[in-house]
Amino acid sequence: MRYDQARWTNDEARYEPLLSEKSTTEVSTDDSPLPDDLTRDSLALPDLSEPELARHYTRLSQMNYGVESGPFPLGSCTMKYNPSFTEDLAAHPAAAVHPDQPTRTTQGTLELLFGLQDYLGRIGGMDAVSLQPPAGAAGEFAGILVAKASHEHSGEGQRSEVIVPESAHGTNFASAAMAGYDVVSLASDDDGRVDLDALEAAVGEETAALMLTNPNTLGLFERDIEAIADIVHDAGGLLYYDGANLNALLGQARPGDMGFDVMHYNVHKTFATPHGGGGPGAGPIGVTAELAPFLPSPQVERSDSGYEFVEPDHSIGKVHGFYGNWLVLVKAYAYIARLGDGGLEDASAKAVLNANYLAEQMDFEVPFEPFHHEFVASAGDRDAADVAKRMLDHGVHPPTTKWPEIVSEALMTEPTEVESRRTLEHLAEAFNAVADEDDETLAAAPESTAARRIDQVRAAREPRLSWQSLGEYTGGRTH
Amino acid sequence: MSDNHSRGSPYAPHTEAMTMAMLDAVDAESEAALFDIPDTVTFDGKFDIPERSERATRRHVEGILGRNDDLTAFMGRGHYDHYVPSVVEDLAGRSEFLTSYTQYQPEVAQGFLQALFEYQSMLVALTGLDVANCSMYDGATALGEAVTLSQRVRSISGDRVLVPDLLRDGKREVLENYAAGPGVIVDTYSTADGNVDTAALEETFDDDVAMVYAENPTVRGTIEEHLSAVGDLADAHDALFCLGSDPVALALLEAPASVGTDIVVGDASSLGIGTAYGFGLGLFVTREEYLRQVPGRLVGAATDESDRRTYTLTLQTREQHIRRERATSNICTNQAWVALRTAIHAVWLGPDGLLDLAESCVTRATDLAARVDEIRGVKAPVHDRHHFREFVAHTDQPAGAVRAGLADNGYGVHAVGDHEIQICVTETTERAVEEFIETLAEVAV
Repeated sequence: MRYDQARWTNDEARYEPLLSEKSTTEVSTDDSPLPDDLTRDSLALPDLSEPELARHYTRLSQMNYGVESGPFPLGSCTMKYNPSFTEDLAAHPAAAVHPDQPTRTTQGTLELLFGLQDYLGRIGGMDAVSLQPPAGAAGEFAGILVAKASHEHSGEGQRSEVIVPESAHGTNFASAAMAGYDVVSLASDDDGRVDLDALEAAVGEETAALMLTNPNTLGLFERDIEAIADIVHDAGGLLYYDGANLNALLGQARPGDMGFDVMHYNVHKTFATPHGGGGPGAGPIGVTAELAPFLPSPQVERSDSGYEFVEPDHSIGKVHGFYGNWLVLVKAYAYIARLGDGGLEDASAKAVLNANYLAEQMDFEVPFEPFHHEFVASAGDRDAADVAKRMLDHGVHPPTTKWPEIVSEALMTEPTEVESRRTLEHLAEAFNAVADEDDETLAAAPESTAARRIDQVRAAREPRLSWQSLGEYTGGRTH
Repeated sequence: MSDNHSRGSPYAPHTEAMTMAMLDAVDAESEAALFDIPDTVTFDGKFDIPERSERATRRHVEGILGRNDDLTAFMGRGHYDHYVPSVVEDLAGRSEFLTSYTQYQPEVAQGFLQALFEYQSMLVALTGLDVANCSMYDGATALGEAVTLSQRVRSISGDRVLVPDLLRDGKREVLENYAAGPGVIVDTYSTADGNVDTAALEETFDDDVAMVYAENPTVRGTIEEHLSAVGDLADAHDALFCLGSDPVALALLEAPASVGTDIVVGDASSLGIGTAYGFGLGLFVTREEYLRQVPGRLVGAATDESDRRTYTLTLQTREQHIRRERATSNICTNQAWVALRTAIHAVWLGPDGLLDLAESCVTRATDLAARVDEIRGVKAPVHDRHHFREFVAHTDQPAGAVRAGLADNGYGVHAVGDHEIQICVTETTERAVEEFIETLAEVAV
């Protein structure tokens, strides 16, 4: 299969022109109802009719690739199909309530939130869930704050370190640092898993928590998870579960049963809410009963008179101005309610089957096994970034590249459960065709996308981050 | 595909035969055999979540949402309802936008990148500052990020940040959580009649202040009259001046750059989303000199092999996936799709429409306050200021009782003091103003 993305080209220097280049009008605030000293003088913004702007954004959409365009096996990102019906539910007029309304007028919203807290608790094996964090990284931050509050509450406030495996998501390091912790990096063993000896050596009186993804970023299940939990707990630390890879485990294993004390869920991964070109997501956190008193405020509880907000006894307070990404939570609830036990379990089973089947068809070597919902292939002596660019010409989105670094020229691949056998074979053909091409062809790719290979170096060296700063920057290479 | 599924995920296309053939190809006896999970942690229980058809799921969720009262909310305080034209839903809902990912492969994601570049540019136009990022979660988390930025860029050390006593409780709690990591102390300054009390602010200001925060309009709906004074105080102490606002207000009120603002934060979801239970879009705009310390994703212009102008995520060495614990923020997933919606809405309005909308926020609030003031038992506005969208009213009756009485009749307002309610009015609630006033007159006596 080949792919030619729509490409709207204006002239030698531009593709689709900017809004500001189409039409801009400057208006004066002279006739405003406010005194002059409280207003700006004028405002210059694009001025397009509705038909013109509809065409502008339709063209832009045609120069963009989503899950409904084709396969999207981006490792660690779980780009599964986003069911359409959940969009209708999020757009339902009854979902449009104001966050400060009295809770007796928002019983439907609280019931849905309570239901989702309950669903996620069961799925993760956790005793209590907060839906407030608006993204996975926000969940990490909230979860680590919960761990910190619990240590301080029990007089262990001296614990100053969070341990993170070297192969972990970058957010783990950054979230722990934002919460005020020193980050201790932990090397993997030769099998790509946590090195127990290194962990033994790393833990101590300073240890606040270990953050872990399971299966890890290589797709491998940390088989020693119980020993890991014992080591961390014996040292007085807590075990944090990064839910980025939960799509491997639905109905198979639960973080709460493995000894994790706190976790986050990425509902935009596991529970199929759309990624929206970078967000919004939602990053609820689940905790054990021991940590529940420290959860963000408020929690939804059910009483005889209905649903109500309750502030946990030792709450860390809030991590979002209101109640998190409500519309995303509606979609996640609807997805879980649609799939139920059987659908959720099957989603993970098929995600793992698809990853295995795809890897089996591919020529690139996969050094670490047995993997689950994702695997990391090595592009060998090819440049993984070039491989990725060339795959675009085959009508597929490439995998995550050059990470984790434990595999050289990594191609981190996660096909998800939504691809058919035929699509997986097509994906494998794309990988294999690219593997057979010469370096020059790869370096010249992509050729059939809206834009050709982009010069990242110049973009960073001469930052132009708005149309106001463009000046003469309309093409023309400087090297 | 059947709507009634009982064999697994309705979104996995595998037939029984396909599954068997694939298992055969990977040399596995069963799907279970593919999992390398020790028996001791294998889950053999049930979630007890029933499977439902799409039709039944819709009925189930609509049933739950239907238990929300149909309230006409004259409410704001940081979350506003402006009319969102259908074209926003239609265009932002295109699956190429909605189902795409962060633009790690810019050649195949030019559309979204250009839309975000345009969004950043419109924020630059609205604020007069130099650099906007392509989104944070909401106004509260954007404020938290502003505080951590102030810790990284300031030449003299200081561990205090000053916020108004009127700051929304939720925003303050979020700020405290962001400030705790770098060890920043959140201190309060007084307000006078709904605006900054400049004398009180001057008194508490010192060289240990890293950042001062003010809002325009304030959370009580007043238009701030002392922004330049705040900017001057910040300058005098080499502190950063962070202003909270939103795109509608920015279209009319003093341009932040002209009053010495260093960072503008706020909730940009006043355009593009409408009432959504606080679902937001954090805006973050600052000066060029702080570019390397900006949190979150930045879209920049670039060129491609054909020498044409393109767009790409840039300056990524600030970000967590490269810089890890030394990143400017942990943010990864953001609110890009909401930024797209906000941008489309802003373009649909155009400069005239946006300015008209902003002016109507002043006149509607002013007019409604005057009407409310005529009601026996109510005085409005409490503050002798200009107002934007909303205002505080004094009620002789306890505010909680007035709020409850209004809710019983299908109207929402805020109770913000023992005898103070807050009322917000926009084009979406104006149709109900007459009935609202009648009802308020009945419950306020």
